[in-house]
Parts: sequence; structure tokens; C-alpha cells
Amino acid sequence: MRGAPLSGRLRAAFVDVAVVVAGLALLVAACGHSPREAFSSLLGGAFGSIGSIVISLLKTGPLLWTGLGVTLAFRAGVWNIGAEGQFYAGALGAAATALALPPGPFAALTALAAGALAGALWGFLPAALKVRWGVSEVLGTIMLNFVALELVSWAVHGPLQESSRFYPQSERIAESSQLAPLLEGGRLHWGIPLALLAAAALHVFLTYTSAGFRLRAAGFNPRAARLAGIAPETSWLLALCVGGGLAGAGGASELLGVTHRLYERFSAGYGYTAIAVALLGGLEPAAVVLAALFFGALEAGSGTMQRVAGIPSVLVTLLQGAILVLLVARRSSSDVAAARRAL
Amino acid sequence: MESTAPASPPDGAPALSMRGVSKRFGELAALADVGLEVKSGEIHALLGENGAGKTTLMNVLYGLVKPDAGRIEIDGRPVALDGPRAARAAGIGMVHQHLALVEPFTVAENLVLDRGPARGGLYRRAVEEAWARELAAGFGLALEPDRRVAELSLGERQRVEIVKALTSGARILVLDEPTTVLTPPEVRDLFVALRELAARGRAVVFISHKLSEVLDICGRITVLRQGVVQGTVAAAATDEQDLARRMVGHSLGGLSRGPRFPVGQARLLEVVELGVDSAAPRPAMNFHVSEGEIVGIAGVEGNGQLEICETLSGMRPARSGTVRLGGRDLTRASPLERARAGLGVIPEDRTQSGVVLEMSVADNLALRAHRRPAFRRGPFRLQSVFDANARELVAKFEVRPPDPDRAIGTLSGGNQQKLLLARELSERPTALVAANPTRGLDVAATEALQNRLLQARAAGMAILLVSTDLDEVLALSDRILVAFRGQLAEVPAEQLDRETVGLMMGGVGFPAAAREEAIRL
Repeated sequence: MRGAPLSGRLRAAFVDVAVVVAGLALLVAACGHSPREAFSSLLGGAFGSIGSIVISLLKTGPLLWTGLGVTLAFRAGVWNIGAEGQFYAGALGAAATALALPPGPFAALTALAAGALAGALWGFLPAALKVRWGVSEVLGTIMLNFVALELVSWAVHGPLQESSRFYPQSERIAESSQLAPLLEGGRLHWGIPLALLAAAALHVFLTYTSAGFRLRAAGFNPRAARLAGIAPETSWLLALCVGGGLAGAGGASELLGVTHRLYERFSAGYGYTAIAVALLGGLEPAAVVLAALFFGALEAGSGTMQRVAGIPSVLVTLLQGAILVLLVARRSSSDVAAARRAL
Repeated sequence: MESTAPASPPDGAPALSMRGVSKRFGELAALADVGLEVKSGEIHALLGENGAGKTTLMNVLYGLVKPDAGRIEIDGRPVALDGPRAARAAGIGMVHQHLALVEPFTVAENLVLDRGPARGGLYRRAVEEAWARELAAGFGLALEPDRRVAELSLGERQRVEIVKALTSGARILVLDEPTTVLTPPEVRDLFVALRELAARGRAVVFISHKLSEVLDICGRITVLRQGVVQGTVAAAATDEQDLARRMVGHSLGGLSRGPRFPVGQARLLEVVELGVDSAAPRPAMNFHVSEGEIVGIAGVEGNGQLEICETLSGMRPARSGTVRLGGRDLTRASPLERARAGLGVIPEDRTQSGVVLEMSVADNLALRAHRRPAFRRGPFRLQSVFDANARELVAKFEVRPPDPDRAIGTLSGGNQQKLLLARELSERPTALVAANPTRGLDVAATEALQNRLLQARAAGMAILLVSTDLDEVLALSDRILVAFRGQLAEVPAEQLDRETVGLMMGGVGFPAAAREEAIRL
């Protein structure tokens, strides 16, 4: 898939989405609802008003951060299924830092950095296991998801729990330590333009730097890269650490900009949806931005669809899953084709 | 399978006649009005370069490719071949280049597997082995039906494939590049068997791109170039120059060995007591390549050459011993450190280890060079320098099409190989490990590449040429080693001839233990 020209890949992504949307319409009809009503409420919930656009963008933020983290790993030829755990680790690191420091903008920035660092650590562990002992990064990253989840759970029942000890959640982050809103009194915060900046930086890294060149070569063909003097291990480490850092920054941004508290089930599965985001975006940062927006809008619209049209929002989860299956199938079929060519 | 004797054809009609066969794949005319006529009792060569249309023509004959136009007659009767089953029913037997036998099974079991279930679906060992022996004897071929295929040499396996192809009563036997995997003595045995089959009235189609063996075994030769027949000639009425001209379209310049570089005492590449990492224990290896010298490693594929190349290039850890380049110990060095010490590598699996198919020609040419200061500014790479570098090398190595922006995977194998050589030579290595550098290339490209290697040698490079093509090793090497079952032995300097090297490729001159292992394997 990555070898195909950009227009072809965009068309492929568009076809996938169209096929899945048509399938969804059939499913909605089969359940006795009107597809027209379903889509109009979905669209209305996503883009119908300023308020709904804001919600769509708020949902886009964490998907973009994690989607970029997954993208970088995939470009290096490693599977990062651990963006969810890196997201949690980032939120935990940010919460612990923001609550420990005296309130103020310094705390916000330090907490954001701490979140990115925690995510990077969460990416480093499976990378080190892979490079040192050959442990599959698929296993390493997935398993650490659960570790991070339980770590957050322990923290909000223990050391980070609010002082009233009423709910399993942290104290609220002081307003001055939060990521400031873009507009006075608005809900959109600085974390979202920061994510766009990260996408731009990732594009520059992959396209214009020597290290990005080596990372792409190692991702396409680690054997040929190694023989030519490019150790793929370096790229794997870099991609999982920096990718984990991006996902971790996403967790921190969500905590400091949206929820302002840490609690169990903090993520709505962003780190998993991130895989679909990265693949739908064809692993090109600019297209990943659009893919994140697409999935963010779906998330936002599905709630409205359930409220207004009475159609279960689970259908949207189904849609996401179906897109992912299509994308992975397309990807592996092109891998198979490449393998055949190689024979 | 009931009648193994060929039915006698109607008077005068050839066993096989293909006329006006055409096939297009998109823009490409793979076959244009091709005619081929093979008589009973004849060994007929289909000669052509890779991509000339030989395989397409045979796939048409075997029912795998449907031609756009054309007529096929067998024994004068038109046949419609819409699949391998129909082709076999029509009397066509095919022996493919890559043998398809079940290794843990015995010879008889493999033959029965192909024939279909026996009476009652039971395998009665004694009965089937007797059947297999008799069947083979009927073709004038010797088989040992009770031996497991895994124990057989490649030559013996090929004989099983031939018997398998003939089992269903085939009168036309097609062999696709049958000598590629054989040692010279095995090739001789194969030729004896083929002559025997022809003498018993079968028609044999022998597909090859090797001029000498075609002249040796075949009665008539049909030459194919770019899907067009360049004439059918009697072997007695032609020679290698004439065939090469028809096959390639122009005369070849030949190899120019040039002046011999004065070999100094300097052993550039030195391998001392090297133990490679492999499943079976292998004895330690010792050899060296001096400045301005090409040392060839000959051998049938799979005799340890891959392990040697990978160990030298740093892709496989050495178990013991030392690898030195220019006196520096590189035994545990990474591929990058080796490159910096002056080692170039052309890996034998081009698409797996050589090039990154998804990346452009320019990017592939920069895989090593991008670290040079001229190729970057700070952390950023300079695309303009990537492109300039590619344009220069593409022109110098005559790569077609000369487009640095194309994905390298869209180029032909020969052009990919040129780029690979360009990339390695542009790093100005002092030593080069080249594994099968011309495999799959057409005659002209092969000659161009071989001349490049000779030029590099004349400039003082130490080259280790690992090749399964004996002709190539003989033509280029100053000294020759033979790989057999993971061991290396040097061919005595006064005996660098086809005969000696061929015998050694079959194990002659190696300690008995190595041959023993060959049989147990």
C-alpha cells in the first residue's frame, strides 16, 4: 500500500469508507431505522453547530496524537498496538506532575513534557525487549496497555486519589495548571493546535531528514537496510519511543485540556482507534490529520445519533472496526503481492 | 499410465506443431505469431534470454495461458488446451525448473501421489515399488523407488520428475531450464537420459538460455527474441556466435580481462578458521583474496555459499575464527563498520536484501551514500544531491529507463542489479563480495556487469565472486574454490578447467565425511 502513488491510496481509502458507510446504511435499515435519519443526525451531531464542531475537534485531538504515534511506528516497520497504554501513561505522568507542582503555566508545560516522557518510556520498554531479546513488539505493546490501565487504576485508588476519598479519581488540576483555552471561556485548548504542529513535524522528519530516510528504508525492507549499513534497531527504538511520546503527549493534553482529572477508563479506546486512523491516513501525517478528524467526527456524531434517532451508537464502533478490517486486509494483500513479486 | 509406449503418429505429422501463437499482456506482445514444430524422436531446443517469451510459450502449451491467437496440433490433430489437465491428457509432460516433490516421501510414493489413488485407496508398498521400477525401466531410466526423496541429489530428483511427467503416457516432454541446479557430471547423466527417451520415440522440448549445452544436446534449435521467432536451425549448421546473434539481436563484444593487476603480497580479505552459523556443524574455513584478484567460489546452490556471504557481510554472526579486511579484524563488525572499512556487498537475493523495492532509484542509490557530508546539511538530507548522484550513476551504468524518480521495483531485474552494483562500486570499496551478480540478467547485461567486475579488478579491487554459474566463475576468476556441503576446497592452479571444477562440485576431492553427509541428508 505504501508503495502505491498517493492518489491511488487516497482513492483506496475513499472506497473503503464508502463501502463501509453503505454497509452501515443497510444495517441501520435492517434494524428498522431510517438510514437517512441516521446519517442526518450523525452529520448534525458532528458538524451541525458550532458546539458540535467543537466536540468533533475535541475528539479529534487524542485520535491525532495517538494516530501519529502509531504512524511513526508503522513507517519504521514495527507494530505499535500500545498507543492506548502510552496514552494512559502520559495522562498519569501529567497528572502526577501537575498535582505535585505549584499551580501555574510552568506546571502545565512541565506536566505536558512529563506525559510525553512517560509515553516514551512506555514505548521504550517493548522496543528494548524487541531489540535485546527479540520479543515481538506486538505482544510487548499490547501487554503494556493493561499494565498502564491498572497503574492508573491503582493511582486513583491510592496516591493520586482526591483528598475526600469519595470517587476513584484524582484531584482537579488547578485552572492555572491546565492547558489554556484557545478562546476565553471556550472548550478548545492549546493541545489541539499542538497536535497539528506535531503532524507537521512528523512529516518534515520523515520526508526531509536523514534519520527519517533511514527509518523509512528500514520500515520497507529491514534486511536490505541492514546490509546497506542502516541498523533497523535504531529506527525501531526511535519510532517506538517517539511514537509513545506522541501518544503520551495525547494523554497529557486530554488530561490538562479536557478532563482536568485522572480517573479509571480515562480513554475511550483512542489508542486502539488510532490504528484505524493511521491506516486510513495511509501513514502520511497530513492524511492522518484528516483521518483523525473523520473518526473524531464519528465519535461526536454517534452520541447525537443515539439521542435523536434512537440508533445505538455501537453501530459507529462497528463502522470503525469494519474500516480497520478493510484497511488491514488491503495492506496485507499488498504485502502478499509484494512477496509474490519478490519470488 | 496404461500404455507407456508412445502411440505412433500419423505419417509425417510432427509430434507437436504450434502455429501463429500470439499473446499480448497489455502493451507487451509476449508472443507474436510464434511457430514451433517438434518431431518424434527429436530433442528440440527453445533458446532465448529471460523475458524472450519461452516460458509464456510453454505455459500456452501446458494450458496455463490462453493465447490470443494460434493453433496447436499434436500428432497432426488440433487440440484445445484449457488447463494442465487437458495438456496432460493430450500427451504433454512438463518438468519445471523448481522441482515439486514431497521430500519425506519415497520415490514410489511421490509417483503414486501424482498418479492418483491406487485400487481401494491403499498403498501397497511392494506392488507400488515394483510398478515404479518397471515404469522407469520402460523409459530407460534407473530409479530406486524405495529411497526417500530427501536423500536424493538434485540430479536424481530431476529424474524422478521426468518419470512423473511421463507417467500419464506423455509423448512430448518439456524441460524448463533443467540444468540450472545440476553439477556438470549430473548434466551429462541428464543428457544421456534425454537421448534415450528421444531414441524411444518421444519428442523433447529443451528450454535454455545456455548456448553450449543447447548445441551439445539438441538436434534443432528455435531461437526466440522479444516474442518473435528468430529462426529454427539445425545444431550441426550453426555455432555459438550465430546463436548469440539471433538471441541477443547483435554481436557481443566479449569479455576483456584487461591487464592483470600486479598481485602484491597484500592479502586484502582474509578468512581464518571461520566457523559459520548454520544448523549442521561445518568445518572451519580458510581463504584469502589479494589485491587485484578475483577469487571464485563455485558450487551447486545450497552448499554453504549463502552462509559464507552472509557471514562476510555481517548479516550472520560468526561462530568462531576471524575475518580481516586490510589487516583490520571485522569478525564482529556491523555492516556499516564493514562498509567503512572498505567492504562492498552484492547479496544473492536482490529483492530481499539488495534493494528497497518501494523506494525510488535515487533513494536506493543513496542508502549508503546519504551519510556522506555532501548529502546532508545538519540533520536534513539534500534531495538535490540524491538526484544528482542518481543521474550520474544511472548514466554511467546505462540503467533503463534513466529515471531517478521511479520506484526501483518497476525496473527489470537486470537494471536493478546494475543499480546495486553502481551503489556498491560508488563507495569505492577495496574488497567486494559479489553473490550471483548476473543471475537472471540477459546476455548483454551479464557481459556489461562482468566487464565492470574485471575493470574493478584491474583497478586493484579484491573480489570474491560467489556464483552457481560455472561458466561465469571460470571466465572471471584468477583462483577458484569449490563449495560442497558447507566445505571449501581450492582447485589446484594447474587444473582450473571445467572438468576438474565440475567433479569437485559433485564432491570429488573433499574428505569422505562430506560426501557421507551428502548421502545421509
